[in-house]
Amino acid sequence: MPTFGNAQLKLLERLCNVIAVSGDEGEVRRIVLEEVKPYADEVKVDALGSVLATRLGRTKNRMRVMLDAHMDEVGFMIVAADGDGIYCFETVGGINVRHLVGKQVFVGRQRMPAVIGAKPVHLMDAEESTKKVPLESLRIDLGPAGKAQVGDRAGFATQFRRVGPSMMAKAIDDRIGVATLIELFRQAPSNIDLCAAFSVQEEIGLRGAKVAAQYFDPDLAIAVDSTPANDLPLHDGSENTTYNTKLGLGPAIYIADGSTLHDPRLVRFLQATAEAEGIPYQFRQPGGGGTDSGAIQRSLTGIPTVSVSVPHRYTHSPVSIARVDDWKNTINLLHAALKHMTRELIAVR
Amino acid sequence: MPDILPFLKSLLSVAGLSGDEAPAAGLIAEKWRPLVDEVHLSRVGSLHGLRKGSGNSPRPSIMIAAHMDGIGMRVSKIVDGFLHITNIGGIDLRVLPGAEMTVHATSGKEMPAVVVLPPARFLPESAGDGFPGIEHLLVDTGLLPREVARQVRVGDLVSFANEPLELAGGVISGHTVDNRASVAALTVCLEELQNKMHTWDVWAVATVQEEVSLLGAYSSAFALRPQVAIVLDAGFASGPGASGWQAFPMGKGVGLCIGPNMHPFLHKKLKELADRLEIPWYLDITPTDSGTDAFAVQITAEGIPTALMELPIRYMHTPVESVAVKDIERVGHLLAEFVASLEADFVDTIIWE
Repeated sequence: MPTFGNAQLKLLERLCNVIAVSGDEGEVRRIVLEEVKPYADEVKVDALGSVLATRLGRTKNRMRVMLDAHMDEVGFMIVAADGDGIYCFETVGGINVRHLVGKQVFVGRQRMPAVIGAKPVHLMDAEESTKKVPLESLRIDLGPAGKAQVGDRAGFATQFRRVGPSMMAKAIDDRIGVATLIELFRQAPSNIDLCAAFSVQEEIGLRGAKVAAQYFDPDLAIAVDSTPANDLPLHDGSENTTYNTKLGLGPAIYIADGSTLHDPRLVRFLQATAEAEGIPYQFRQPGGGGTDSGAIQRSLTGIPTVSVSVPHRYTHSPVSIARVDDWKNTINLLHAALKHMTRELIAVR
Repeated sequence: MPDILPFLKSLLSVAGLSGDEAPAAGLIAEKWRPLVDEVHLSRVGSLHGLRKGSGNSPRPSIMIAAHMDGIGMRVSKIVDGFLHITNIGGIDLRVLPGAEMTVHATSGKEMPAVVVLPPARFLPESAGDGFPGIEHLLVDTGLLPREVARQVRVGDLVSFANEPLELAGGVISGHTVDNRASVAALTVCLEELQNKMHTWDVWAVATVQEEVSLLGAYSSAFALRPQVAIVLDAGFASGPGASGWQAFPMGKGVGLCIGPNMHPFLHKKLKELADRLEIPWYLDITPTDSGTDAFAVQITAEGIPTALMELPIRYMHTPVESVAVKDIERVGHLLAEFVASLEADFVDTIIWE
């Protein structure tokens, strides 16, 4: 089993605390390059900004296995100045505007502190106070002397915390995947060539993964992401049957989502590996949504692809929650799977 | 002038919700102790600091009151490790989803937590496309249900956890700027009074429960029975979402209020003094009830001539309420000068025109 402890949690903390909104992934890219370079046989930053790192194995007849995790997160872009340090902004990626009022954010590369304010409840009538605040009426306020540039990105100011069995942070989607790839890259088994794609712009259309797959031309691919756990109680006490995943049940293996029927051979292989190694796992409830696997699977002449996600609650919000054990078990499952992979797995008869 | 910012930031980093103001009261008492002659708590928890005047006994006294309580929530129900909540004071529900909170558990632990807006399909249809009621929001501590059951009880307090943030241009933003900014202004006044002669006694008061019942204002005014009172509270600064006659620019001066809660003579005196000192001010109008401690103080005992000064803040009752430090200093300075200007017979000059 790969080593797992404080060093891994520290790495995830660093990754979650930096801001890398889709299209401006530099802060995460810097950490990734620093972490993977010592172990890589080849590293490049591609035309879109993804980090593509290869670590060669040592055995004969090795498969090229691509692991993908996206570096970007949802966030904001400053689009117009309103005067007095106040700016209009747009969301980048799928953000529920109900999560924005009253939040602290950092703006631009200099991480300028700012807040998203709202009309005081005292100045509203009863009806207005029960409606969501539309994006058009929200502003980012840097203070009277604040100066941002149109085009600056902004992200939530949330800082990573450990809480009992859990982690609370912004952007667990998908820094936990990025950290997983870094760990697997460092501790890669020698029976495969590991092609690690730290891809850009997943949140706005799976763009980085597509060209990464075309560059690597792997034998198979695994998208490592973080998927929502909607395991909340229902208002009327009835059973929650649409939880997607649940915290604490281990890595979530995808069978089918909105864009991909995941390669059944790989799904079964991951399941069998988990069973054999005694690693907890769960199937993500088949349904909508998707990961980079959608783009990878349809690249080139088709690539056998599967997705594995660490479940987290409260996706794309200022604070997500994931369990340390789910993450550890995800690393363990993927490591065991890589170690036992052979060409047989994807042989066409 | 000593820098008030570190003290304000410490005040903005503690809970001190209505009915449980002790964490704020403790910090304020520590700060005031060297600035006044005596400090004590009222029967209901308001903090009284007395700075004696130089006049002959019995001296008249002025009470300057700012409420120290903050709005927040408490646990109403626990389901599968998730907490249901109810509000303390006028919470704007729309700031809650994704807000970082602290659960003050019965076990003594302070637990980080986040407010959860469940997906629409988990809510009754009546919640609609608008904003569901507080009964549908959840609080998640990240702990396992059995751990939550062991440590948390119905009634435990849930407060905003975000640390204050300094914004560009001398603005500080955080939860409970309403009304800890006024407590800071009152503290600036006490600091200035260290180097000033004043005839009158000064009661510096940090009141409890303004956000729910004005309990502290009623009870302290009754107990201290000042001849004159000035209440400090937060007013609306213009900015996103706030415009019109109730809102005033942040950082451009202090609000001197007129309306039935305020004695017009005191207002006139404050106004004249502000002009003389070249302290920028604006006329803050409250046509019926100011919605502040001034209401309670005014009608206490045989009635107390009361004035109200407001600090313009942005985003009131959100966790990112913002105030200009300069306005805090202005209020403190104006208060100190007003106290120093009070002659022994000032009460007799208070007239109705």
